[in-house]
Amino acid sequence: MRGMFFSQAVDDALAQAMANDPRIIIFGEDTLLLRRNLLVRFGPTRVRGTPISESAFLGAGVSAAMAGLRPVVEIYMVDFLGVCMDALINHAAKVETFSGGKWSAPVVVRAPCGGGYGDGGQHEQSLWGWLAHIPGLTVLVPSTPADAGGLMMAALQQDNPVIFLEHKLLSETNLEFLGSGARKTVHYDIPAEGAKGMVPQKWEPIPIGKAVLRRKGMDVTIVSVGVGVHRALEAAKTLDTEGISAGVLDLRTISPLDKTAVCEEVAQTGRLLVVDEDYEGFGLSGELSAVVLEAGISFKYARVCTQTTIPYARNLEDRVLPNTQRICASVRQLLK
Amino acid sequence: MPPNLWSLYALMLRSRLFEEAIAQIWHDGLISGEMHLGTGEEAIIAGIVSQLCEGDAMALDHRGTAALLMRGIDPVLILRELLGQADGLCGGMGGHMHLFSKEHLVASSGIVGAAGPSALGFALSAQYLRPGTIAVSFFGDAAMNQGMLMESMNLASVWKLPVLFVCKDDGWGITTQSKGVTGGDLDERVRGLGIPAIEVDGCDVSEVWQASKLAIERARSGNGPTFLHARCVHLEGHFLGYQLIRLVRDPLRELPKIAGPLTKSFFRPGGAAFVDRLAGLKIVLAAVISTLRDPRQDLVNDPIRQTHLILQSNPERLQELDDQVEQEVTNVLASIFEEVSS
Repeated sequence: MRGMFFSQAVDDALAQAMANDPRIIIFGEDTLLLRRNLLVRFGPTRVRGTPISESAFLGAGVSAAMAGLRPVVEIYMVDFLGVCMDALINHAAKVETFSGGKWSAPVVVRAPCGGGYGDGGQHEQSLWGWLAHIPGLTVLVPSTPADAGGLMMAALQQDNPVIFLEHKLLSETNLEFLGSGARKTVHYDIPAEGAKGMVPQKWEPIPIGKAVLRRKGMDVTIVSVGVGVHRALEAAKTLDTEGISAGVLDLRTISPLDKTAVCEEVAQTGRLLVVDEDYEGFGLSGELSAVVLEAGISFKYARVCTQTTIPYARNLEDRVLPNTQRICASVRQLLK
Repeated sequence: MPPNLWSLYALMLRSRLFEEAIAQIWHDGLISGEMHLGTGEEAIIAGIVSQLCEGDAMALDHRGTAALLMRGIDPVLILRELLGQADGLCGGMGGHMHLFSKEHLVASSGIVGAAGPSALGFALSAQYLRPGTIAVSFFGDAAMNQGMLMESMNLASVWKLPVLFVCKDDGWGITTQSKGVTGGDLDERVRGLGIPAIEVDGCDVSEVWQASKLAIERARSGNGPTFLHARCVHLEGHFLGYQLIRLVRDPLRELPKIAGPLTKSFFRPGGAAFVDRLAGLKIVLAAVISTLRDPRQDLVNDPIRQTHLILQSNPERLQELDDQVEQEVTNVLASIFEEVSS
């Protein structure tokens, strides 16, 4: 085992995979600088910078995958997928069905996501619900360095398109690049366990679609992803001092959803709280309630999500994004 | 008719001092996230915005503070917005990349290239509702490779829309050098869409003013869009804390952070042949070296110093103006920070 930062772990896993599989290439905006360590090891044929032409290079990633490569396409932020969604929803996601199952597009799209550092509502969205809505897209949202590397390994072995989201509060490089600019005068509420952690000496793929129970609880099951997992764990500690036993389930994969794990936990506690940094309406939180209802489980339900466009003002932003106070209040309400 | 260099200088200087104050506020940690300054492109903004009239619209990129200021929007409101205050220009909800003023018809976006379609729609409503008014689209050279901007130019051309497309070309897209990711010649590209392209020195405010005067007249009189291609240098790079500039300004602190992992990765077994690794290393070094030959140091690339030199012919008036503008900016800061501290 060795300690690593979040994005360092992703890059390390990528490097291991690239050394073993010459089909893997990386391209995207500013990749030459952001992935400079990979560039000097694998050369400019396999690590390429692109112009700010998302429709072109994401679309190219999809068809290059169809024709034998394993491209990792980097989008600056998940928000910018708005410029080029066609390549994902109308092409990458459809190839397998349209070809009668004979052809697929094993492309990995890597994009930073999430807020909490004051970049405003056009640069801090989560959007995983929007992506997971489309059949044919796999959506991964790791919450620790070990999961990030392991899920990247799995993504690279997947025969269908995978969107790999990297929360900026967990990613040391993204946060410095897009937030602090190496200032010591700004402070963000970074979950320490998510930003840095132990990782295996040699990367093994972590199965896609498998949730992990981060904390066992008897009274309520909190289901979350990404930074939300750490907020939920913090809340669970607070609740513990009040005699409330809260479990925390980290989905790790949004789609395909680990319905079995969710249902098993909720069946035991009888209460489900979803903590989702993505938008509340028409998304993951509602989907989870439907999954448990469909399983015929009787349970109480609440959610702590982002309900509006994320404000620029830091104090307002902290209130809009799920935080431990809101999580604790919701759990107390559920137990009433 | 030549431009009034004194008033253009005042516009530019006010913007520069205002943005330098913003930089300080950012360094002090009062602004949390990214901050893209327009220092270095003031001549482009001043030369054009000084000629806008009521009813004219502007579509701005993520670097819009100077344009808003020069359009006459209250600097106190702008600064309050950047500080995320409820009484800021947009209630503290937008921030510096998303500045809006409905009454001035100004919209910003942090999505590269989005100023194309925005200006297009503003121009369409101008053509229909306010004949004689125009829309200006400000964007960087990297936006020229974004499909939506190219599509906007084509549509502006065929609909003969009153748009001034302004490319503020500093040769960089964030940390990527544009020449490495841009095919052909930008002016020729735009001419191919049926739009006249004019190249100007973006550090020479008179030249920008003259060229845009003709383009604006052309748009006002219903003869369609023009592309103004203005070269400039961003004095702070893409944004404050820009990695390549940090490397130049504080190499002892920044270099080891980069060099250590880079060297380790370069020698790691498994991967490309030595020659390919070397090619990769050359790309990284080229980016660093291009920053070391920092055009920011060259006075020629600072539009304000350039204009200052010309106006030296009347030193007393110049001093008076410098003092007056400095006082204005000091007053803006005082009105915000004294209120906070009291």
